[in-house]
Amino acid sequence: MNSLTTTQSEPTADDVTGWFANRVADVGDMAVTMVAGIGDVTLFSLRTIGWLFARRQRRDVLMPSFYQIGVLSLPVIALTGLFIGMVLAVQSYAQFKALGLQTRLGSVINLSLIRELGPVLAATMLAGRVGSAMAAELGTMRVTEQIDALESMGANPIYYLVVPRFLGCLVLIPALTIMADFMGVLGGYVYSHGILGIDYHHYWSNSRAYIDSFDFFMGIFKSFFFGAAIALVSCHHGFHCDHGAQGVGRAATNAFVHSFVLILVLDLFLGIGLNNVQDYLRPEGPRSLL
Amino acid sequence: MYRITYGLKVHEAFFNQQPNYKNYTMTTPTIEAPTREETTAEPLLFIDSLSITFGDQQVLRNISLKITSGETLVILGESGCGKTVLLKTMIGLIQPTTGDIRFEDTSLASMAERQLAHLRTRYGFVFQGAALFDSATIAENIAFPLREHTQLEEDEIAKIVAELVAEVGLPRAVLRKKPVELSGGMRKRAGLARALALDPQLVLYDEPTTGLDPIMSDVINELILRVHRRPETTNVVVTHDMTTAHKVADRIIMLYPLSRLKQGESQIIFTGTPEELDGSTDPRIRQFIEGQAGQRLNELRKEQHQKDCAPSSETIN
Repeated sequence: MNSLTTTQSEPTADDVTGWFANRVADVGDMAVTMVAGIGDVTLFSLRTIGWLFARRQRRDVLMPSFYQIGVLSLPVIALTGLFIGMVLAVQSYAQFKALGLQTRLGSVINLSLIRELGPVLAATMLAGRVGSAMAAELGTMRVTEQIDALESMGANPIYYLVVPRFLGCLVLIPALTIMADFMGVLGGYVYSHGILGIDYHHYWSNSRAYIDSFDFFMGIFKSFFFGAAIALVSCHHGFHCDHGAQGVGRAATNAFVHSFVLILVLDLFLGIGLNNVQDYLRPEGPRSLL
Repeated sequence: MYRITYGLKVHEAFFNQQPNYKNYTMTTPTIEAPTREETTAEPLLFIDSLSITFGDQQVLRNISLKITSGETLVILGESGCGKTVLLKTMIGLIQPTTGDIRFEDTSLASMAERQLAHLRTRYGFVFQGAALFDSATIAENIAFPLREHTQLEEDEIAKIVAELVAEVGLPRAVLRKKPVELSGGMRKRAGLARALALDPQLVLYDEPTTGLDPIMSDVINELILRVHRRPETTNVVVTHDMTTAHKVADRIIMLYPLSRLKQGESQIIFTGTPEELDGSTDPRIRQFIEGQAGQRLNELRKEQHQKDCAPSSETIN
């Protein structure tokens, strides 16, 4: 007991060195796992893109994915867009009223929606609704050996399971983004005009004056990257799912969390890049809202 | 050891009308069954010094095995000894850590992805839980390999699917059902029908009778025997069911868990006929055949105790 107390209270130099060595090993292990993970996702993505062009997809395989991703996501994305437009009106009104610029409300609401909130919200909702479901579905297929069964019959699981989902996200997310934009613009207008009493003419003329086609292009362009990221990250988590119900649950959760983080990171870098392009195309810079 | 009468026509040997789908025709060819001398000339599948390690856990060590065309090989062994891993390695679903798998003298490791996919059309794999696609009907499941690898018209595929379903003793009504609506035995038979759709040369069964009642287990055994009667069809059955092993096996090998073996000891502790297995005096084999725990529970508790008492690397002493 005595010796135990002594060793616990006074660790030797070797013990401390060993403890630090273990911590360094842990950090190294984490770094190796992270690099291996990124490499794994990259290879998975390259294989998916390879199969996208290697063989034409069958209509009966493609259509259910498109229906799941596009049609069933439409109501929730429309509803989210509608409310976020109204929330923007609520939050911006007091500041703009203090400056006497209520009529400019339309420009700030619509610009925010079309450049940022529409694409990011549509992607976030898609990651939550479709990404998690894809990871859980593929994870269950992995756990119940259905993916092994596909391979054992000489079929490629990437071609059958990932490419249709990837294509669904890639092709349909712009449409979902347009829907989020439209409903947001509608929600913002309904609240601003109907509740806050802002004049119809000034609301829309200011919106038109400050928003151009590049803003619209910027939102749609970004959405392609978001859609691809959601599909690849979610399918990768499903494919590499651990055994058991806990493994499937973890795959679904990680699919959403990692997709969401990736959407925000991509949004930042794409935003910087596209702003530079806009500056190049329009050297005089954007018109000031004030 | 072969149970078939040599010289039978294909359709007499197995399903009354068994078309040769590989040629994408609906003809019924007459093929003489191979003689034993022909089949033992060269192995269909050769496993050469195979070892498999997952992380820091070795599952299989230096396994060498020849599987000849036309035989039914049963791989016995207790749970966790690596039987399923060995079976999945045979079809390339798991890559060997060291060693090689050769199908008709061609290494699976040397094959490109497309070549391996093509080779797999000569395999049939019956999974433990059937592994039918949840989102598809039974008809779509069985038709899958035919749609993937043949140019057959839909009505021809439907005819073949109906024949396969009938041969495994399932009613036609199941064709429209989803796998979740079927019992375990029905799912297993549907899985077998799917595995046989491309008229495979090598059929792999992973625990085909696990979780089934004795009657349904025997139905599955009978179906394995029927497959065995097809000329040039080789079966590899992984099981720990002694009844299945006795009924279907031409040859049995028994695997032993690596954790219970000393360094240098062979992981295959038995190779021989079912009769030779019954006559074995090896206490490890007798324990398995007779299904007796012996001192196993005490050994398991001792192993667990040692693991629990092992010092953690996280602690500063």
